[in-house]
Amino acid sequence: MSISNFVDYIAIIILAIGAFFNILAGLGLLRFPDVYTRLHAGTKCTTFGAIFICGSVILLALKMWYFGSANGSVLVIHVLGALIAILVTNPTGAHAIARAAHRSGVKPVRAVVDDLEGKPARKSASKRKEADN
Amino acid sequence: MINLVEPTYLSVVGLLILSIVFCIIRVFLGPTAPDRVVGLDTINTLVIVSMIVYGFVSGSVIYVDVAIVYALLSYISTLFIAKYLEGGEF
Repeated sequence: MSISNFVDYIAIIILAIGAFFNILAGLGLLRFPDVYTRLHAGTKCTTFGAIFICGSVILLALKMWYFGSANGSVLVIHVLGALIAILVTNPTGAHAIARAAHRSGVKPVRAVVDDLEGKPARKSASKRKEADN
Repeated sequence: MINLVEPTYLSVVGLLILSIVFCIIRVFLGPTAPDRVVGLDTINTLVIVSMIVYGFVSGSVIYVDVAIVYALLSYISTLFIAKYLEGGEF
């Protein structure tokens, strides 16, 4: 087995792991009972799967670069940029959605303890200024 | 030996589209508004990943560039919708 075929097999295995987690994200979004658990499935699984799929593409692009293709270096750098964009924006967006859901009054199903219950929402800047005066 | 790489990557694009269909069902079914926002956020990430894979298979890097811009714009839109649900002021 040559080194090229070996890299191909490793890339396909990593790709299969990523695709499996993305399918789990869709299934979890359908089956879970609650906004917060759906957020858990829909965000964490897609981030993990995106890391693995982009890693597989980067591995094959590195192989193309090594064998002298002109597209390889451009693909490596741009896929890394897209991966960094996903890694920065996905958890912060999920955090904002969860906070908005709790403040707009959606309760967790079958939750025993809700630590944030009864706490007042943060006042907006103009109201805080009125309260100070 | 036959080339396994390109058919595998195209079938992964098909699996990602299947997952997007699940998310669309959740967007239509969702009982509350945050459910729909979660579905849209997941659809955005899956579209980005499938754009990257298809850009690799078709050999044109422009798909990956479009995916980067799409990621940043969908992040902004998610933050705005979350702020609106929260009832905050801009």
